[in-house]
Amino acid sequence: MKLDYYGLGIAKGLMVTLKHLFRRPVTVQYPEQTLNTSRRIRGNELVWNEEKCTGCSTCAKACHIGAISIVTAPNPEGDKYPVEKYEIDTGYCIMCGMCVEVCPFEALYMGAGYEKAQYRRGDLVQSKEVMKYTSEKYVSGYFYPEFAAQLPLQTLLLEKITEEE
Amino acid sequence: MVTFDLVFPAWQFKGLPPDWPGGFWWHFIVFSIIILAFVLTLVIMFIWFERRTLGRMQARMGPNRVGPFGLLQAMADAIKVMLKEDIVPNGADKLVHLLAPLVAFVPVLMVFAVMPFQDGAALVNLNIGVLYVMAVSSISTLGIFMAGWGSNNKYTLISAMRDVASVVSYEIPVVLSLAGIVLLAGSLSLNDIVRSQAQSVPFVLLQPLGFIVFFLGGMAEINRSPFDLLEADSEIVAGFHTEYSGMKFALFYLAEYAEALVLSTLVATFFLGGWGGPLLPPWLWLIVKSWAVFFVLVWIRATVPRVRIDQLMTFSWKFLFPLALLNLVVTAVEVVAWPEALPVLLIPVNIAVGAVLVILLSRNFKPGGSQVEA
Repeated sequence: MKLDYYGLGIAKGLMVTLKHLFRRPVTVQYPEQTLNTSRRIRGNELVWNEEKCTGCSTCAKACHIGAISIVTAPNPEGDKYPVEKYEIDTGYCIMCGMCVEVCPFEALYMGAGYEKAQYRRGDLVQSKEVMKYTSEKYVSGYFYPEFAAQLPLQTLLLEKITEEE
Repeated sequence: MVTFDLVFPAWQFKGLPPDWPGGFWWHFIVFSIIILAFVLTLVIMFIWFERRTLGRMQARMGPNRVGPFGLLQAMADAIKVMLKEDIVPNGADKLVHLLAPLVAFVPVLMVFAVMPFQDGAALVNLNIGVLYVMAVSSISTLGIFMAGWGSNNKYTLISAMRDVASVVSYEIPVVLSLAGIVLLAGSLSLNDIVRSQAQSVPFVLLQPLGFIVFFLGGMAEINRSPFDLLEADSEIVAGFHTEYSGMKFALFYLAEYAEALVLSTLVATFFLGGWGGPLLPPWLWLIVKSWAVFFVLVWIRATVPRVRIDQLMTFSWKFLFPLALLNLVVTAVEVVAWPEALPVLLIPVNIAVGAVLVILLSRNFKPGGSQVEA
């Protein structure tokens, strides 16, 4: 006589759901709570290092979307061309990371920010002032393992379930 | 401390004596307002409670944005639904389509006319209360069938046919299981049934089998999950209310939860002692007990998957119906043979009889045993 056919199976199922009632919900209340993103996130922005950039425009050539527009001065100063205009239209950008990988002077990084939605298309264009690299800028570790090492570890949902209240 | 009894002393809560000039109308107005307030408030609380509990059982949060703990979510939904366009499909039977939500909702409210909130505190203390409840509560099926027929849509019609089929089969065991209660209480009046429970023990102990049959049959009759075949969204879109929007849909939604409230309060009244209980005021006992029953409804909804139509029919005719009949026979024999028997003796006997019968009849259910065609 297999008791599961006589109502025990349903009782077992009921106990499972009852156990879950007293479990911590796994929902992340997003605007109030955030999880740490992956260290190699390709976020919604680029970070541009003005000191290292020589104005070679390799990034603009590598961009198959044509989202990067760069204008440099006609005459070099020392071994670099002063960059007059450096803009990326994140409305076109597909975050493929080609520009970052291709940069011969390691002057372009992926940013880790992902809350860059705007109300107007024009606001999606990031100027060089916005993208400028500073020491407190949250730079993603994409293609640059030494940056990745400094970033906090990604929170996995699994850890959130087991973590204490 | 101002208690409810102080604000509404018993004579006032029961309304004025009907033989006073205009007394009947005072009684009528007071109780109509109490019933409307009771039903609407508890339905909104039940919707909130179900969504929260279901959410937590699925490791989600449930609604928690509108108001503290998401308590005002139902209000937000109501406002949204009232602002929506009311769409009547082409070729629909307009009058039937319009009347269906009302026919589905009003009988649910009417059931509460005989529900005692306190000793003798009901809109009418009908001496055929049980009969009235059973008769009135089946009318909402007509509303659902009207919705299915009037919408001019094959899915709504299939859903309505399923509802009629399930209600026709489940009405019988439900009524038969109540017959055992009526035998024990010796009255069809809901207030007398509660009073006789207050004198001995809640009937769930004396009638465990009747409790199971009434609870499961009632669940099928109000189309609660896992018997919510008529809303099987994977097969027939949204069932009978596919073609409804706006306030008409809201009435169906309200009726669904009001029916759950009716089932909870009926189970509380018939089997768990109704308003009887120590310390707390009687009306609060009724609410607490119905809430507990509703929690079990939510719990089962979170656990059990939806049954097939043949399983639904099998469950009624091969399991609940013979159980209800046997329960009625056993109860009748007990009432006739040992009219003076103590509950202490009857409780173990009845529970043992119930367990044996459930196990014997469970043999009808083998995995795959109820398939239509192999």
